[in-house]
Amino acid sequence: MSETNLYPGLNLGSGHGEAHDQAETTVFGFWVFVMSDLFIFGILFASYASYLDPIGMAGGPGPQTLFDIKSVAIQTAFLLVGGVAYGGVSIGTKYEHGRTVVIASLLLCAALGAGFLFFEVKDFITQAGKGGVPQASGWLSAYWALVGLHGVHVFSGILWISAMIAQIAVRGLDDVVKVRLSMLGVFWHFLDLIWVGIFSFVFLVPLA
Amino acid sequence: MNEATSPIFGNLNWQVTPYTDLLRDVNSSTIVGAGAASVLVLGTIAGVALLTYMRWWGPLYRNWLTSPDAKKIGIMYIALALIMLARGIIEGFVMRTHQATALGTLAQQESGLVAPDHFAQLFSTHGTIMIFFVAMPLLIGLINFVLPQQLGARDMAFPVVNQVSLGLTTVGAALVMISLLIGKFGTGGWTMYPPYTGIEYSPGEGVDYWLWAILISGIGSTLTGMNFAVTIFKERAPGMHFMRMPLFCWTSLCVAIMMIYAMPALTVSSAMLALDRYAGFHFFTNEAGGNMMNYANIFWMFGHPEVYILILPAFGVFSEISSTYSGKRLYGYTSLVIASMSIAVISFTVWLHHFFTMGQSAGVNIAFGIATMIIGIPTGVKIYDWMATMWRGRVRITAPIVYLTGFFLLFVIGGLSGIILANPSIDYQVHNSTFLVAHFHNVIIPGVLYGMLAGIHYWFPKAFGFRLDEAWGRRTAFLFVGGFVFTFLPLYVLGLMGMPRRSPTFQNPDFMPWMYIAGFGAVLMLCALTSLFWTFWTSYRNRLALAVPGGDPWNGSTLEWSTPAPAPEWTFPRIPHVQARHDWGETKRSNDPWRAPKQYCDIEMPSNTPHGLLIAGASFCFAFAMVWHIWWLAILSFLAVPGLIALRGMMIIEPKIIKAAEVEEADCRFRQQVANLSAVTRADEETSRNRGVPDVSEFAG
Repeated sequence: MSETNLYPGLNLGSGHGEAHDQAETTVFGFWVFVMSDLFIFGILFASYASYLDPIGMAGGPGPQTLFDIKSVAIQTAFLLVGGVAYGGVSIGTKYEHGRTVVIASLLLCAALGAGFLFFEVKDFITQAGKGGVPQASGWLSAYWALVGLHGVHVFSGILWISAMIAQIAVRGLDDVVKVRLSMLGVFWHFLDLIWVGIFSFVFLVPLA
Repeated sequence: MNEATSPIFGNLNWQVTPYTDLLRDVNSSTIVGAGAASVLVLGTIAGVALLTYMRWWGPLYRNWLTSPDAKKIGIMYIALALIMLARGIIEGFVMRTHQATALGTLAQQESGLVAPDHFAQLFSTHGTIMIFFVAMPLLIGLINFVLPQQLGARDMAFPVVNQVSLGLTTVGAALVMISLLIGKFGTGGWTMYPPYTGIEYSPGEGVDYWLWAILISGIGSTLTGMNFAVTIFKERAPGMHFMRMPLFCWTSLCVAIMMIYAMPALTVSSAMLALDRYAGFHFFTNEAGGNMMNYANIFWMFGHPEVYILILPAFGVFSEISSTYSGKRLYGYTSLVIASMSIAVISFTVWLHHFFTMGQSAGVNIAFGIATMIIGIPTGVKIYDWMATMWRGRVRITAPIVYLTGFFLLFVIGGLSGIILANPSIDYQVHNSTFLVAHFHNVIIPGVLYGMLAGIHYWFPKAFGFRLDEAWGRRTAFLFVGGFVFTFLPLYVLGLMGMPRRSPTFQNPDFMPWMYIAGFGAVLMLCALTSLFWTFWTSYRNRLALAVPGGDPWNGSTLEWSTPAPAPEWTFPRIPHVQARHDWGETKRSNDPWRAPKQYCDIEMPSNTPHGLLIAGASFCFAFAMVWHIWWLAILSFLAVPGLIALRGMMIIEPKIIKAAEVEEADCRFRQQVANLSAVTRADEETSRNRGVPDVSEFAG
């Protein structure tokens, strides 16, 4: 690993002095934490697969009745564009484009994340209306738990973004804030990664 | 549970304490229950009174509860573990007493000290406590205390996260404790298998106590694992290459990696069970497509790595003490490193042996059976390495060496019975019998408990500045060895005779002699526990005679022995530059090991914060409210956690700066003291001449 690339992903770079050094430990630690989180999702994916059969569905509504692939595609677009938008935060911080750029990019991410959540919650409500509540079958329990947990992560991401906007507004882009923005970046892209898995295995596989 | 849930108090009412049961029906079982609750209440009152009378609240808060210092956090973990150990051993004693009196007849099946439901609570809390609130805090505490010192670091990578982890573990322990007084604990064993623990068969608060204790302390352990891993990867002193790390650091690294990967599985299985119970999900129910075997699978994906999480730090301790107390270099360092890592990796591939009888194909069982036998190989390598380390060494029979010898003799028996159980066709015969109970106690007690107690004895002077009394230390060790032998070896026989585990009653009189022997063993275990606490007390009283201000009472070879005892807050006046694997040993072989650094600098340490305490408080309120369905409190305290984190995020936190002059003054005083103390040879190690300055002409590491 080169001297200026202390952890996987876009590093702040040695121009940032103290913050760059701090990021080595802190962001690396966050990577480890995310790895642990990934394991949680991994087990939920495996559970989902194990309930995805007639026994697990227990005569309840199945994927064909419940999934609206168009809405899922819209959610995917929102979330992935949200991931791209975070590039504005990372680059704006690294190349010192000023706090307005960073805050604007953060707001864009939050808005796209909220758009994702809007369509996801709408889907959940529609599905519940069709009898697809988590209490209906083991498969639906697994579906709600996995997709719901991802949704909770996105919601936490939006809360974290709001907290960071408040921190930038009050403290400015100091070293600590820059390191935290790097961690938030890892988290925000992690949500995209999980979503790619959900889109493929939760939605596409049973519909195929 | 019959009354409607109150909006303010949830399901809480005056009927939930064991005193109600006692008033309803006085018998030995309700007396034991009320007695246990009274011990908790009186103990708490006595603790509060003592703190108030001695005016210790302020120092406790300032120096301990708000301290982010890994050494202090480690000591607090171990204190928590010892309190829980006392309860766990007493529960074991009550269970053995019960079974010694539980012989029933076919006409009158129930007999014995406690009622069947009470017995089920006992084995459930005993297992939960011993695994999650004794073994885990012991090893996490020991690693917290030792790891940064051995790596040449001043603290963990994330001191405040460390504090939060301690807080969350304590919350879990507190929930299990409070279930003595308020309500009942679950009866599903420490694994809490559904569907029995689902809402249909286990309504009420019992399983919920377990769930929240496990979920909250599990998050703490995950964070701990991350903290250890990052500390080892990023905070090593310059020159401390991986292959120069002491073995204890290596096993800590294995533990950290396993915690990062294994704890999430426990979080998932518990969260799923919680969803089943609270929200009517169907993960593990009998109907609507639930599959309870998924629980067993996910639980043991955590559970099996967990047993190696427990044992590996003990292996680390044994590596340190076998070398130090033999005055020899550790034999086969590289093979021990490879063996530890192999164990860590293979431990993720054996979980299915916990349910060979589930009904999967023979081929699957064989694959996991073979994996299970393979994991015995690296463990065997280690045992040979330690024996080779001691071979022709100048072995001193100190308390840790008694533990180590007991471990050699007993752990091998436990390991062999594990290999027997790894054979699926034998497992079909003896599964769910006390043979299994004997097996896992046979690895966990000689492995984890002896290892941790040996470690506590070994590093105690570094924490408090005085040695533990050797005579009492040895007596404790012998009592734990004897207690184990008498309590658990009979259970092998009973298991082969057909005694099921967790059984509150039996009707076969042939069991009785073995039950009495096991009961006698339980008495020895109680004596061992008493002797353990007496060792601390009597050593405290003789602390002047046992003081080792020189800081190196055992002529050790790793970095932590180069500092004063007790180690100062900043541990090292200057971060050491490591030159060799046994750096402190090498330094002692060169000239003037205690020479002062050329210059001193200001030291940045994390400043004290009540953050961990506040998060723990909010988590406790949340968990308690969830157990008792007090929804308003649950919502408020749940929101408090992100609120606290966000609030801390807004604050600009300055580190505590320790001035170079202060460090220099303390360090010079230490070096002066070492120069004035007379060196002690190993032969006099146990005498009061041992002031912590070893005779450097004797070989160390």
